[in-house]
Amino acid sequence: MIYVVAIIGILAAMALVMIRLVKGPTLYDRVLAVNSFGTHTVLLIGVVGFWNGRPDFLDIALLYALINFVGTIAVLKFFRYRAIGDVMWTPDQKEEES
Amino acid sequence: MRAITYTVLLAALWLLWSGIYKPLLVSFGAGSVLLVLLITHRMNRVDGDRLDISLNPIRFIGYFLWLLKEIAVSNMNVTRVILAGTMPIKQNLFRIPHTQKSDLGQVIFANSITLTPGTVTVETEENEFLVHALSYSEDDLHSLADMDRRVSATEMKSNL
Amino acid sequence: MQDILNILSYVFLVSGTFFVVVGAIGTVRFPDFWARLHAASVTESGGVILILAGLCLQAGWTLVTVKLIIIGLFLFITGPTSTHAIANAALVSGLRPDTIVKNPTSDKVN
Repeated sequence: MIYVVAIIGILAAMALVMIRLVKGPTLYDRVLAVNSFGTHTVLLIGVVGFWNGRPDFLDIALLYALINFVGTIAVLKFFRYRAIGDVMWTPDQKEEES
Repeated sequence: MRAITYTVLLAALWLLWSGIYKPLLVSFGAGSVLLVLLITHRMNRVDGDRLDISLNPIRFIGYFLWLLKEIAVSNMNVTRVILAGTMPIKQNLFRIPHTQKSDLGQVIFANSITLTPGTVTVETEENEFLVHALSYSEDDLHSLADMDRRVSATEMKSNL
Repeated sequence: MQDILNILSYVFLVSGTFFVVVGAIGTVRFPDFWARLHAASVTESGGVILILAGLCLQAGWTLVTVKLIIIGLFLFITGPTSTHAIANAALVSGLRPDTIVKNPTSDKVN
């Protein structure tokens, strides 16, 4: 029962984040929304697993967390190399950053 | 020596994560541990980059508990800002010096700043971090300096 | 004893959900990117810790708890790292806060 409350709350939060994802206005708002959406998904998978009495779902949650992190970094790195606005670092230092 | 530590850590992680102890699956686990050891061995030959954990474990646990308390307090503050009718936002970008000697200490300090909602580390430099605050006040400088002292205190003295 | 743990885990789950929803509301309500960054970090710290702690209490002393703790530690490290990466990329691209306080410490930034 308590899981249903948590699931509804997380789904509502995902819907709200989706609004921000569509509205933008900048690229970074969207990346932030996607990253946040991924964190919500990890929590949702975990709670749904407990709700169904199948905590094995946690394996999928961890995998999703890994992909979410790597994906966010990959998208940011891609757009940074395309140099939007002023680039203040050389590629060498960029490697250390990410 | 390092290889033995890795083997024990990886095997423990695999056994805890799997939970099914049939001979076939355990042999898969042993195989993947060996594969990871082989890959890290090759990577070590390419660059000798190592992570030295020079932290005082007891102090670090104390710091961790203190950090959880800080996260709770600043979560409440940001929640109040979000739910207030007219959002009292007072953004600021400012620089905060850090005194950690090791890279790991600096990473812990920077991540702690970001983990507490209301402040985000935007840029890392030689002696300073560039921090963005949601509702800035003079107290932020003092509380971040306090956090800086606490992170430095968790570092091993022998390393200095 | 079991009842106390159950009630405690319900409190954690409900308050965690509350922080997740508040973070999402902030993501929609806040006026510019730099403020939204902080709203998202409410979800990432408070929401994640409380919901995972609530699930840990439900699971008890089993391997499931170990998995939850590993997921929690992973999110604890990667959450701020990706937030920092997004903020840093935005700073590099020249995005600046709309309503910045003018003070001596911020003049070096602009």
